[in-house]
Amino acid sequence: MLSAVRLLVMPSAYSRSCKTKPGSHPFDEILYCNIGNPQSLGQLPITFFREVLALCDHPPLLDKSETHALFSADAIARACKILDVIPGRATGAYSHSQGIKGLRDAIAAGIAARDGFPANPDDIFLTDGASPAVHMMMQLLIRNEKDGILCPIPQYPLYSASIALHGGSVVPYYLDESTGWGLEISELKKQLEDARSKGITVRALVVINPGNPTGQVLGEENQKEIVNFCKNEGLVLLADEVYQENIYVNDKKFNSFKKIARSMGYGDDDLPLVSFQSVSKGYYGECGKRGGYMEVTGFGPEVREQIYKVASVNLCSNISGQILASLIMNPPKVGDESYESYAAERNGILSSLARRAKALENAFNSFEGVTCNKAEGAMYLFPRLRLPRKAIQAAKAVNAAPDAFYAGRLLDTTGIVVVPGSGFGQVPGTWHVRCTILPQEDKIPAIISRLKAFHEAFMEEFRD
Amino acid sequence: MSPKPLDYESLNENVKKVQYAVRGELYLRASELQKEGKKIIFTNVGNPHALGQKPLTFPRQVIALCQAPFLLDDPNVGLLFPADAIARAKHYLSLTSGGLGAYSDSRGLPGIRKEIAEFIERRDGYPSDPELIYLTDGASKGVMQMLNALIRNEKDGILVPVPQYPLYSAAISLYGGSLVPYYLEEEANWGLDINQLRQSISAARMKGLTVRAMVIINPGNPTGQCLSEANIKELLIFCYQENLVLLADEVYQQNIYQNERPFISSRKVLFDMGLPISKEVQLVSFHTVSKGYWGECGQRGGYFEMTNLPAKSVDEIYKVASISLSPNVPGQIFLGLMVNPPKPGDISYLKYATESKAILESLKRRAHIMTDGFNSCRNVVCNFTEGAMYSFPQIRLPPRAIEAAKSAGKAPDVFYCLKLLEATGISTVPGSGFGQKEGVFHLRTTILPAEEDMPAIMDSFKKFNDEFMEQYEDYRGYSRM
Repeated sequence: MLSAVRLLVMPSAYSRSCKTKPGSHPFDEILYCNIGNPQSLGQLPITFFREVLALCDHPPLLDKSETHALFSADAIARACKILDVIPGRATGAYSHSQGIKGLRDAIAAGIAARDGFPANPDDIFLTDGASPAVHMMMQLLIRNEKDGILCPIPQYPLYSASIALHGGSVVPYYLDESTGWGLEISELKKQLEDARSKGITVRALVVINPGNPTGQVLGEENQKEIVNFCKNEGLVLLADEVYQENIYVNDKKFNSFKKIARSMGYGDDDLPLVSFQSVSKGYYGECGKRGGYMEVTGFGPEVREQIYKVASVNLCSNISGQILASLIMNPPKVGDESYESYAAERNGILSSLARRAKALENAFNSFEGVTCNKAEGAMYLFPRLRLPRKAIQAAKAVNAAPDAFYAGRLLDTTGIVVVPGSGFGQVPGTWHVRCTILPQEDKIPAIISRLKAFHEAFMEEFRD
Repeated sequence: MSPKPLDYESLNENVKKVQYAVRGELYLRASELQKEGKKIIFTNVGNPHALGQKPLTFPRQVIALCQAPFLLDDPNVGLLFPADAIARAKHYLSLTSGGLGAYSDSRGLPGIRKEIAEFIERRDGYPSDPELIYLTDGASKGVMQMLNALIRNEKDGILVPVPQYPLYSAAISLYGGSLVPYYLEEEANWGLDINQLRQSISAARMKGLTVRAMVIINPGNPTGQCLSEANIKELLIFCYQENLVLLADEVYQQNIYQNERPFISSRKVLFDMGLPISKEVQLVSFHTVSKGYWGECGQRGGYFEMTNLPAKSVDEIYKVASISLSPNVPGQIFLGLMVNPPKPGDISYLKYATESKAILESLKRRAHIMTDGFNSCRNVVCNFTEGAMYSFPQIRLPPRAIEAAKSAGKAPDVFYCLKLLEATGISTVPGSGFGQKEGVFHLRTTILPAEEDMPAIMDSFKKFNDEFMEQYEDYRGYSRM
C-alpha cells in the first residue's frame, strides 16, 4: 500500500516544487486524473443552483431592490419557495434529522417524475454526501465478521473500507471485463454460495450503476435479474446511483432500481432497497457541498426507527447541501426564465464529458498492450495494462504492485496522477489504472500525447 | 418463503443499544403535537436560529459571495455587499481548490486550518500546528471518529461525566465500548471531584475494563459549569497518572456568563504546567460554529486539534478521515470566519461587534431569568448556568408522582416532561437522557427562547409545576427516594 500512499502524497509535493523550483521536474504542472472532483479541474457550477444557494445563505438579499439586477427572477422565486419550507426561514438551524420536510417533498416529487412511480418523502434521509448514508447502512447491517456484503470487483473502495470499518466481510463478485464489465447472475450466485459455505451470512448486494471505476450502465433485463436475485436470496439491494446523470451513450438509459422493481410489480413491502444519490457527480459536480440522500424502501417500521435514531445522533446534514439536493432533483423546466442558460450549461458539460470519455478511450486502446472498455457513464476510464515481465519484476523489486509501479512512473515522468487498479480490486494477475475524464477538454490532447509518449517509452524500457 | 434480511432482530446490536434522548421520545411527541396545531416551544436542543436568533450578517455575506462567485465580477456587487465581505470572499475562494464545489483535502483546506492554528495561538499563547487540526462536518463527527479510533471492544472504557451530552453515550454504544461514569456534584455547582474520578476508574478496572480516555465538556452540557484552572490542572494530572487521553469538548467556549471562571482551554493549562506533563498527556480538543454567539448549527462546521498524539495514530486518523473524502467547504469557511472575525477598523466591524455583543449579553440575561425563574418554583432547585446554553433544574418529584409515572410505564422525569409538554407546549429533554444520580430527577431546557418570550415561558412553567406539585403532593410533603 506504500505506493498508493505515495501517490496520495507525492502529487501535492510535486505541485509545490513545480511552483517553487521550475524545471526540477520533466513537467511543469500536475494533471490530476485521480479523483472525481470536477470543479477542482475547472468545471463551473450550474449558475441557477448557485444563485438560489447564495440567496438562501443570505436571505436579507431578497428584501433589497438591487438584488433583481444581479439574480434571475426564477432563482429569486425558488429561493423564496425554499425558505418558505424551512422553519423560521432559518438556514442556520439544525433541521429534522431526515432533512427538511419540504425539501424531501421536492425530492420525492423529483424521483416520481424521473421514475413514473411515487416516492414517499418519509423514505428519504438527507446526508452529508452519499458516503455517510452508505456508512449508516453498513452499521445497521453488519453485526460481526460473519456478516458479508456482496461488492463488485472492481469497486469504488468506499464499500470495502466501510465494511472493514464496521467489522464485516466483503464478499467480492467479479464484473466481466470481456463483456464490457457485465454483471452475471451466475457469478453472483457462485460467490453467494461460496460465502455461505464458509459460514458467512450474506446480508446485502452493492450495485454501482453507472459503475465506478468501470463506467458500465446496466441494461434493464440485467437489472430485473438482479432484483429477482435479491428477492430470492433475501438480500438488501444497495443501489449506488450517484452517476445517474452521467450517461454518454445513446443506446443505454439510466433506470433506477426502484423504477425497475416497481415496474416488475414489486411493491414497498416486497423488496428492501436503498438507493443513494449525491450532488457531487452528474453535471453539477458539487463535491465540496456534501449533499446527498438515501431513499429507504421495503423496511418495517421498527427498522426505520433505528435508521432514524442513528441519523439523529448527528442531528442533521448541512442545510445548504440539503437545498442543493432538492435543486438537482428539480432543475429549471422548459419555460422557466433560467431554463435556456441552465440547459446550455448542463448540455455543454455532459457533451464535453462524452467527448473526453471517447477521446481517452480511443487513446488508451491505441497503446501497446492496453485495452480499455468504453465509459458508458460515470467519470472514469479503467484501461487494462498488459505489462511486460521485466516491468513486473522491476515492480516487485521495489515492493510495489505492477500497476502502482506504472502509475508511479507515470507521475514522475509526466505529472499525470491516476489511481492503480489495485485500489479498486481486479481479477488477480490483471493490472489496470483508473483515469478520470475530468481535466478540461482543451488539456486532453496534451494529456493524451504525454500518456502516449510515456507508455511507449515504458514498454520499450521493459521490453523482453 | 424468502427470509427478510432486515428484520429488527437481525440488526446490529450496537445500533439497537444507542439512545439519543435529545431527538427521542419527548421531541417526537412534541413534533406530533405541533402537526396537530399546538404551539410548541422547542427547547430540546441547542439550536439558536430555530428560536429566532438571527445569523451574524458578515459571515452570511461572505458565504453568499463564495457561493455565487460570478457576483464578484458584477459592477453592481458593491451595492449589495460591503467591500470587506467582498475581499474576504475572494480570500477564501483563493484558499479552495476550485471554489465551494470541489472536495478539499480530507483534513480540511490548509489555509483554513492555518487560520485556526493562528486563532489558537492568539487565544492560548502557545503555537499550534495546522497539520494537527482536522476539520469535520460538525464537531460531533470528530468526536465519533476519535471514539471509533479509541474503542477496540467492550472492554475499553471511556470516562464520561454524568450528566453528559448524550452524543458520548450514543457513540460509545455504537462502537461497542463501555461508558464509565463519573458524577458531577450538583451541590457544588456541578463541580468535578477528583475523588469521584478515582473511584470511578477503580470500579471500572475492577470489572476488567481498560479505561482509555476521559471526556470533559467545558463549559458543561447540560450542566453549564465552567471549569476552573485548578480543576483542569487536577484533571490533567489525573490523566497523566492514569494514562488517559483527554477529550476536551470545548464547543461552548464563547458562551460564558460569569467572570469568576472565564474560559481557559485545556491545552493552555497543559502547556502552562510545563514538562514532563506538557509533552506526555494526549489531548484532543473540539470546537464548532454551531454554538457560541454564532449558532450556525445548520452549517455543520467543526474541528478537532490533536496534542501529543504519535505520528502513527495521526496517520490512522487521517486514513479514516479520507474515507469521507472531505468536510463540507462552506462549513470550513464559516470556521475560518469564526476564528478571524472583522477587526476594529474593518467596514463591517461595528455591525459585527454590535450583533455579537447583543446576542451574548442577552444570553447572559436569559441565563439569569431562567435560573431565577426555576428557583422560584415549588420543589425545583436550579444551579446557575455559568456557561453553554442550557438550564438543568432538579425537580423534586413527590412519591405519588413517581408512582403515577410507574403506572404509566414512564420514567418519572419523562412523565413530568410529557405532562409539561401537553400543558404548556414547552418541549424539554428529561434528565434521564443525560444521566443523573439514582432517584434524582432533572430536565434540560435551553436558554435560547427569545428574551421577550422568557417571562411568559417561565410563568407558564411555574403555573404547570405548582399545579403538578399540588396534584401529587400529599400532606407529608415530598421525599427523595
